[in-house]
Amino acid sequence: MMLVVMAFGVWILGWWINTRLAEGPNAQTRAVKLLIPTIFGVTLLLVWELVVRGLEVPLVILPAPSLIAVRFAGSIPILWVDFAQTFIKGALSGYLIGCSAAFLMAIAVDRWEFLRLGLLPVGNFVAALPIVGTAPILVMWFGFDWQSKAAVVVVMVFFPVLVNTVAGLRETTAMQRDLMETYAASYWQAFFKLRLPAAMPFVFNGLKIATTLALVGAIVAEFFGSPTVGMGFRISTSVGQLALDMVWAEIVVAALAGSLFYGVVAMVEKVVTFWHPSQRG
Amino acid sequence: MRAPCVHPLCTAATQHFGGEPMKSALAVLTVIAVLVAFWYAACVPMNIKGVLVEAERAGAEISTPGARDRRDMSEVGLVLDNRFAIPATWAQDRPRLPAPHQVGIELWKTTLGKKITSKRSLVYHGWVTLSATLLGFAIGTGLGVLLAVGIVHSKVMDMSVMPWAIVSQTIPIIALAPMIIVVLYSVGVQGIIPKAIISAYLSFFPVVVGMVKGLRSPDHMQLDLLRTYSASNAQGFWKLRLPASMPYLFTSLKIGIAASLVGAIVGELPTGAVAGLGARLLAGSYYGQTVQIWSALFAAAILAACLVGLLGLIEKAVLKRMGMAS
Repeated sequence: MMLVVMAFGVWILGWWINTRLAEGPNAQTRAVKLLIPTIFGVTLLLVWELVVRGLEVPLVILPAPSLIAVRFAGSIPILWVDFAQTFIKGALSGYLIGCSAAFLMAIAVDRWEFLRLGLLPVGNFVAALPIVGTAPILVMWFGFDWQSKAAVVVVMVFFPVLVNTVAGLRETTAMQRDLMETYAASYWQAFFKLRLPAAMPFVFNGLKIATTLALVGAIVAEFFGSPTVGMGFRISTSVGQLALDMVWAEIVVAALAGSLFYGVVAMVEKVVTFWHPSQRG
Repeated sequence: MRAPCVHPLCTAATQHFGGEPMKSALAVLTVIAVLVAFWYAACVPMNIKGVLVEAERAGAEISTPGARDRRDMSEVGLVLDNRFAIPATWAQDRPRLPAPHQVGIELWKTTLGKKITSKRSLVYHGWVTLSATLLGFAIGTGLGVLLAVGIVHSKVMDMSVMPWAIVSQTIPIIALAPMIIVVLYSVGVQGIIPKAIISAYLSFFPVVVGMVKGLRSPDHMQLDLLRTYSASNAQGFWKLRLPASMPYLFTSLKIGIAASLVGAIVGELPTGAVAGLGARLLAGSYYGQTVQIWSALFAAAILAACLVGLLGLIEKAVLKRMGMAS
């Protein structure tokens, strides 16, 4: 009981510090803006730890963060192999194939009006569908190994990237396009010098949504059959063995991979679209 | 200038697709027709090996006898050498790729051709999934709006919670699904609730992020105007912020309900649930019932399209009533 009371105290303390910081004079500095969510996160972890220990919650319901950390540190080789199988082989290859296919398709769609009128509504429609459902079919076609996961990822990332890229390629104003015309620029010159750069903020939005979708696709596809390695496989078998600390360790890996992947794409975006008002800050 | 909207549903909502409606309807129909034609064409090489095995068993003459010899041959070559087998590729019992009409017939048989209480009716399975989706969506949206209101009105909450809400969108939270199901099962909660919880947390974060954006969308001028009227915070909320947030709310609701449906379907996978569209997918993949998988998939797609379409209609009506329709 003592620990639960302590958890309560930690919560109040964390909130009090954050209130002081947020309402203090330095609230707008970068350090404080980073510090506040960090304090909040640490408070949450401490409360979790103390409550789990205080109420003696069994491991099969909710392991304490310290146990998860121990398990994480102790099974880095397994986690790494799973990460390589699911992320590098499955998600990343599918992401690259799917995004480049969607990008090329978008250029074609943009070039021919008829294709745009016909394909975009279909693309918008498909983007709302539960595409993960294709996983059992693709697993049946491409086998249990990473190829089927990559295929699921390709299908999942294709339409968001397509729709966003097409929207981006239409971003230029008539004035800008006319200017290119007066320069006697060819289609491809105008494309590379005007419309492609103008489309980049949209393209990167598509690419950023696709990072999360890629991981979701690769993990969920493993629920339908996989070799005895991979994050989705490990999650579903560890859940079956009630080894929840392992499940949480995999979730930590998934969270890290997801945010790093997103972060990398966002960083590339920053470099490529340095001119965009939202990046100049 | 705001960064362009992130989600395809959002661009769909805000973008105008020029051109006359007739022409675009024609274009859409053409694209669909091409897709269906491609689908039929793809069935032939996909199914040819299975068909040839059956045909050989039935005593037909085949260019290369013996399934093992055919295993490494190209499908297209086999099709060209055994043209008689082409119609059979569209009528197999358990094809690798069922033809569109097979899926259509199965959909018809399992929705309108069966009593909806039957365990083989897709309406029954669809309802199992839909009820979990809607319950979860309601919970997730409700909590999401509440949190967004808190974030907009409290600086501490904004600075401590908002970064985590944004980061949470970059991680595959669906990986938590199997664990939630099993843990809740072990404490005795089962049925609709675990699936609804997964649906709820999948729709929760998009709603929080969208709603915060919406509640902040009134500009300084408008907020200042209310201040000159000496409006209280609550008045400012009900008369300015909440109405201004509606377009954003509907955009995130559409994203949220699509995510909720995915959550409910994935929530049915890990326990080997007996009912629901996810269970149909899983059972179909265990027993190689491809037609069943495809029909469950289409049922899920139709369900998703109806839900998003319904929200779109409500959006249109509400925005029009509020004088905000574009």
